[in-house]
Amino acid sequence: MTGPLRLERRLDTPKWLKLAVPLVSIVLAAIIVGILLAATGHNPFSTYHQMYSASVTADGALTSTFVYATPMLFTGLCAAFAFRMRTFNIGGEGQLYMGAVGASAIGLVFGDWPRPLLIVAMVVGGALAGMLWACIPGLLRAYLRTNEILTSLMLNYVAGFFMYYLIYDSTSYWRDLTTPGASVFPTGKTLGANATWPGITIGSFTLPMGFVLGVGLAVGLLLLIRGTRYGFEMRVMGDSPQAANYAGIRTKRKIVSVMAISGGIAGIAGSSQIGDFGHVLDPRGLEQAQYGYTGIVVAALALYNPLAVVLVSLLIGGLTNAGFALEGPSFPTGLVGTMEGIILFTVLGGEILARYRIGLRHRAIAPASVGRAPATEMSS
Amino acid sequence: MNSNIVIAVVVSAIAFGTPLVLAGLGELLAERSGVLNLGVEGMMLMGAVTAFFVSQKTHGSTALVLLLAVLASMGAGVAMALIHAFLSITIRVNQIVSGLAVTIFAGIIGLSSYLGQVWNIGGVAGRHQFNGIDLFGLQNLPIVGPIIFNEDAFVYASWVLVLAVLYYLYRTRPGLYLRAVGENPAAADAMGINVTAYRYTHTLIGGAFAGLGGAYFTLALAPIWTDGLTAGFGWIAIALVIFAFWRPDLLVLGAYLFGVFSALGPTLETRGITVLPSEFYSALPFLMTVIALAAASTSWANRRVGTPASLGIPYTREEG
Repeated sequence: MTGPLRLERRLDTPKWLKLAVPLVSIVLAAIIVGILLAATGHNPFSTYHQMYSASVTADGALTSTFVYATPMLFTGLCAAFAFRMRTFNIGGEGQLYMGAVGASAIGLVFGDWPRPLLIVAMVVGGALAGMLWACIPGLLRAYLRTNEILTSLMLNYVAGFFMYYLIYDSTSYWRDLTTPGASVFPTGKTLGANATWPGITIGSFTLPMGFVLGVGLAVGLLLLIRGTRYGFEMRVMGDSPQAANYAGIRTKRKIVSVMAISGGIAGIAGSSQIGDFGHVLDPRGLEQAQYGYTGIVVAALALYNPLAVVLVSLLIGGLTNAGFALEGPSFPTGLVGTMEGIILFTVLGGEILARYRIGLRHRAIAPASVGRAPATEMSS
Repeated sequence: MNSNIVIAVVVSAIAFGTPLVLAGLGELLAERSGVLNLGVEGMMLMGAVTAFFVSQKTHGSTALVLLLAVLASMGAGVAMALIHAFLSITIRVNQIVSGLAVTIFAGIIGLSSYLGQVWNIGGVAGRHQFNGIDLFGLQNLPIVGPIIFNEDAFVYASWVLVLAVLYYLYRTRPGLYLRAVGENPAAADAMGINVTAYRYTHTLIGGAFAGLGGAYFTLALAPIWTDGLTAGFGWIAIALVIFAFWRPDLLVLGAYLFGVFSALGPTLETRGITVLPSEFYSALPFLMTVIALAAASTSWANRRVGTPASLGIPYTREEG
């Protein structure tokens, strides 16, 4: 017995259902969160209205939604790409930290380089730092079969403490030791003007360069996954590692390279944090933002499709933006994660249910062939 | 002086190790049934916040309040585990993603933080906490006195639970069935064992244990609530199950070893010994987890590994 519900795999999911399920899931999530809000003494309708205003319509709201969406776009792509091959890199958080460390080092050391060259160097530097950090769990996974979920996660904490050490507990190159009060309130060195990434400003709205870069990356990843031998081998490995072995795919190399690319993308999120927004290595700010973990939410909601990651990053970016803008007694920070979790539950559940027909279990046992589609593929 | 430091580290290691023992035992039971639960960190935080809320807002004798707080923490853990169980067992969502979703839902910027704020319990010292018991009047014995005979009720309970799980797993029929479900659910099903019921039960028990592990933070280790106070212990507990080869006895040893790694920094710091930066000591448990996981996956260790064969794989009679 496997319970009173019976799930029967659909042979193909109708198109209307594919569209309806995510929409119904999000509406359902909104209802559940509304009940939670009402239960804890808040008016759900005015809260939702405030959130919409704070993330879309208010002055500068859309600009800050993109500020939050940009890192999530990268970390979302980081998770989506790796998860696609069932390599569960949840180290995006630490890879982002290391990317920020790498990019800020380059921005500081080569501050007098011409601006375009310096920006490219910062992107590459952040990506390399993230890649190297992701290679640790990647190599362990490939050659020792060590669980990459746990090792990549543990390294997030290690990277976090490393960043704290650089700014708060050492006389490292990243730390500002010159200004008065620097020993009481430790901060990182601020990067020069050449290391500031340009944004595209339309009226009062500014599109960060990082977001444009991220969209380009999303398109590139989609082409890589759908249109190349590399991507084909990835998908085979994701569906069946045994089949991949039989087919002669070099699975070990593939795991390391997928982890490296995934980590590199998260590293660019760190570059963008430095170049687009912070211009200084700020361990506390990066840690509190939790962009790496949120990237997993983004990737899962996007069902690991790189282009969908772009849209979902804006949705979750808007939610996070509203969370910070409204932060206070009536809108605690914890509400953002709670909402993300509930949306995840309904979307994940809905996505699976769309693939099955649900019915109550019947006692009677039908002959094996009854109700099955005729095996047309076999008859030719 | 030196032996004092060693005793201080060991005493503190048991304190830091206890939540790992509790959460690890729970995860071990869930994994033995074939369910990987990555929601432990979130379940611990929910246990911690609920326990602290009950201990702050309930009136009564300390013993009664603490008992209610402990029960509440288990309830919170079970509630979180129920979400994971429904998603992963009944509707077969990928267990890794479902568990991560629970941790995000309940975690540092999720429901545990929300409840902490709604209940208004942040930043104030606890009114009740578990204190050391002078067991058999032996707490003044040299060395073993402070280590074994002066622990709090929580620690003693965790030792009893370890023995209970050991007995259950290897000496009872349900324990045998549990292992069968984890190794070969189709065969267990054919034997007439209800696979779904076993998986649900043990995932929920795992949640209760994780809730207890969380409650240890706010009722004993440091009676105060701050967002995300379990600081990665839930993840270390999951890793412990792997390098304890899914065995409760090794799990306890591992938990206290990691207790030592966690205790080293704070103990040395309070004694003014600062050889290495404090961030190094903070990172030590996480670094050691990576090393231990790598060591546990070498070919030498692989021959001993008892990974339940169906771990992470949903069971369906029709397709199986």
